[in-house]
Amino acid sequence: MTRQRTAAAVAGAAVLALALGACGGGSGNSGGSSGGGAKAVADAGIGKVFNPSTDKGGTIKIADSGDWDSLDPADTYYGYSWDFVRLYGRSLVMFAPKPGAEGTKLVPDLAESLGVSSNGSKTWTYKLRKGVKFDDGTPVTSKDVKYAVERSLDKTTFPNGPTYFNDYLDLQGYTSPYKDPSPDKLGLKAIETPDDSTIIFKLAKPFVGFDYFAQLPATIPVPQAKDTGTKYKEKVVATGPYKFGTYELGKKFTLVRNENWDPATDPNRPALPDTIEVQLNVNADDMDNRLISGDLDIAVEGTGVQLAAQSRVLANPDLKARSDLAPSPRTWMTFVNGDVPPLNKIECRRAIQYAANKAGYQKAYGGKTGGDIATNLQPPMIPGATPFNLYPAGPDNTGDLAKAKEQLAACGQPNGFATSISYRAERPREKEVATSLQESLGRVGIKLTVKPYPAGDYFKLYAGKPAFAKANGLGMMVYGWQADWPDGFGFLSQIVDSRVIREAGNTNLSVKDPAVDAAIDTALAEPDATKRNALWNEVDKKVMESGFVLPGVWSKALFLRSKRLTNVFVTDGYGMYEYVALGVQK
Amino acid sequence: MVTYLIRRVIGAVFLLFIVSVVTFAIFFLVPRIGGATADDLASRYVGKTAGSEQTHALAVKLGFTDPIAEQYGRFAKGIFVGAEYDTGTSVEKCPAPCFGYSFITQNPVWPELLDRMPVTVSLALGAAVIWVLLGVSAGVISALRKGSLFDRVAMTLALAGVSLPIFFTGLLSLSIFSYTLGIFPPGGSYTPLAENPALWAYDLTLPWITLAFLYAAGYARLTRSGMLETMNEDYIRTARAKGLSERAVVVKHGLRATLTPIMTIFGLDLGLLLGGAVLTESTYSLNGIGKYAIDAIKTNDLPKVLGVVLVATFFIVLANLIVDLLYAVVDPRVRLS
Repeated sequence: MTRQRTAAAVAGAAVLALALGACGGGSGNSGGSSGGGAKAVADAGIGKVFNPSTDKGGTIKIADSGDWDSLDPADTYYGYSWDFVRLYGRSLVMFAPKPGAEGTKLVPDLAESLGVSSNGSKTWTYKLRKGVKFDDGTPVTSKDVKYAVERSLDKTTFPNGPTYFNDYLDLQGYTSPYKDPSPDKLGLKAIETPDDSTIIFKLAKPFVGFDYFAQLPATIPVPQAKDTGTKYKEKVVATGPYKFGTYELGKKFTLVRNENWDPATDPNRPALPDTIEVQLNVNADDMDNRLISGDLDIAVEGTGVQLAAQSRVLANPDLKARSDLAPSPRTWMTFVNGDVPPLNKIECRRAIQYAANKAGYQKAYGGKTGGDIATNLQPPMIPGATPFNLYPAGPDNTGDLAKAKEQLAACGQPNGFATSISYRAERPREKEVATSLQESLGRVGIKLTVKPYPAGDYFKLYAGKPAFAKANGLGMMVYGWQADWPDGFGFLSQIVDSRVIREAGNTNLSVKDPAVDAAIDTALAEPDATKRNALWNEVDKKVMESGFVLPGVWSKALFLRSKRLTNVFVTDGYGMYEYVALGVQK
Repeated sequence: MVTYLIRRVIGAVFLLFIVSVVTFAIFFLVPRIGGATADDLASRYVGKTAGSEQTHALAVKLGFTDPIAEQYGRFAKGIFVGAEYDTGTSVEKCPAPCFGYSFITQNPVWPELLDRMPVTVSLALGAAVIWVLLGVSAGVISALRKGSLFDRVAMTLALAGVSLPIFFTGLLSLSIFSYTLGIFPPGGSYTPLAENPALWAYDLTLPWITLAFLYAAGYARLTRSGMLETMNEDYIRTARAKGLSERAVVVKHGLRATLTPIMTIFGLDLGLLLGGAVLTESTYSLNGIGKYAIDAIKTNDLPKVLGVVLVATFFIVLANLIVDLLYAVVDPRVRLS
């Protein structure tokens, strides 16, 4: 084991060598045509459907370089899991399985329509479709949805999932159905089920975007009689077109057709393949090799091919024709910490904005393949997001040093100042960002000391713990954020609202500005979605004006389609392939 | 002999205790000394939007709010008498030896370790047979034909074997033999021995060869140098002078003396591998103990890490004990007392 660990030190170089050298690409079985009706072209799966088909049958082969946080809908927070879960579970509403921006629109799923709000957006009512059944043939009722949401509130049993229902429902002290003294375990007063097809959510505070909560996996119904708590993930009762065939924890599972799923109740899912095989904990580089050779159809994490395979795909015309360079709902950025003097002064923070070399930032993430230079927080793929630039970095995006010096003079530090920058030690790209900023800010006298911290505890013990960040002089903290869902609230609320900052484990590392908080409240009170989107742009502007965040790159990911796949497209709802729509040639 | 064995077993138990205490301390005591609170530790295992109340409730459930000694005591007690775990809908009994429940999957660790053991044992033993046969044979022939073409080629290959890391040779082998030529199955293929012995061997052939290539190289070099030294000893000349056949001289007198240090290394290597061939299992996506360990370390899943460390320590201790016992068989001068 020791010998092997020692060898790991040169892993990256060897894998790169493997990709560039011996594996060459372009071999007989790595070629380009789809094998179906459509000719493979680069980016053919972006904004449109590639190789459209309604043919059913076949097996899709999927792999994951890690494992799910949980297959239990109450206990999952991975983006790809939220995309995938819709194959076996039906939430009240869902993102439309359509290409590009159309995929960010919510459509009814288990419910007949989107939510109907009343009481100033504090009450939300949904009517369930008739005829939806669990995979054992039992009809789904509103009580099953209520029970599912109730159990998702129990964060000691299901710690992984999001806490939006905990934060917004009028819980009145309710914590868990497992501690519920009422005989039917449905004692939560914040959710009412006046009949089997109606469910009413009562919130403690108004929230106009509740339909986004209704699309969370937590609203996928769970039959109380079959709930096994932490064990439920091993035998989830399906409501979608697929149910679990086999499941070997940490190794693999298969989904097979759910004979009790009625397509008449489901306008969203074509349910093309007969079987979906998922292999877990597969070596990431090997996974790319298998995608290229055709032994695998999808890398489920939806983060694109590894660095080693990227250059190989882009250099080989056949492979490139099978790729999609898609925007992700993620921004790579660096927080600027106002707790660390002199960054408590806005002019000092703005000096950083001007002096930063944005081209260097982009280079750290692989150039244009890694994404576009970000000039504000919200990626352009967020509906209604309008890019703007308050700190032009010059024609070549390397920084405006004259403006930076002006700001330094205004903040009383004409010769610059010293501070530290943190990054996640296991992430070489973040290290490159830190050293690039060290170099570019050094041009105006801002001296950065680079401090790496373990990725696993970055937010819990280091950069995300305000007391630690302040005590250790972390004036800048390299970071990246992906929206929980593609709208202003989903992207911004957890990273710029000062009221979400807690003792440790923060996602907002430093934005503490009453003007930003007020702008968030204004946006949250706007019922009209179009107007609301414009207001989220205002929130973004307030953050940029305060200089608390240095945006770096609006992320992109390079995906590779297998030659067998049909109905392939990237959805902006998740920033990856739409798993619900996929089919496969037999 | 019996006294010797009892002494060694007591020593092994003590070593396992020390290792478990040190591992436990690295994960729990060191962060606490560094200023992390019980809630900080629990925040590793909650979703990103979890508030302080939810984090604290989990800290209490996982026992982080208890004194460290009490936490360790609970862990140790579980190994001997079992433990209980609240699944929400019921209280599950985890029979001894209970290595606790994963902080991430909330599943008991011991059954998972048992489930992954056959993969690691299959990989380690199969590879060991190959590397011992290849390495020792190549080393002996190289020593007997010092300076020959065979010697030069074998030693060059041995140097390459020691130098090339498994994640390189492994991925390269998969790329060529699995995805280009289609001779061997893709990564992640494993069939249990009891299910289909032929398929078991077929699935593991590439991982075996890859792993054996690394180790055979070292054994070849070690055997060669040992044989060169031994064959120049006086008693070898005496054996030849007595008229023994060259085969008897080499095997009975030369190789036997050379085997002692090789056996020592073999015991350590095999023990280490039985505790998890981390890189080979990761490269070939084999769900053995080594991959289990890496996945657990990545996610700070302490009960899993503790389980793997103890299993690995057990195998190393066991392998060394067996090697020490075998010394007496190989070398008549050794007496166990």
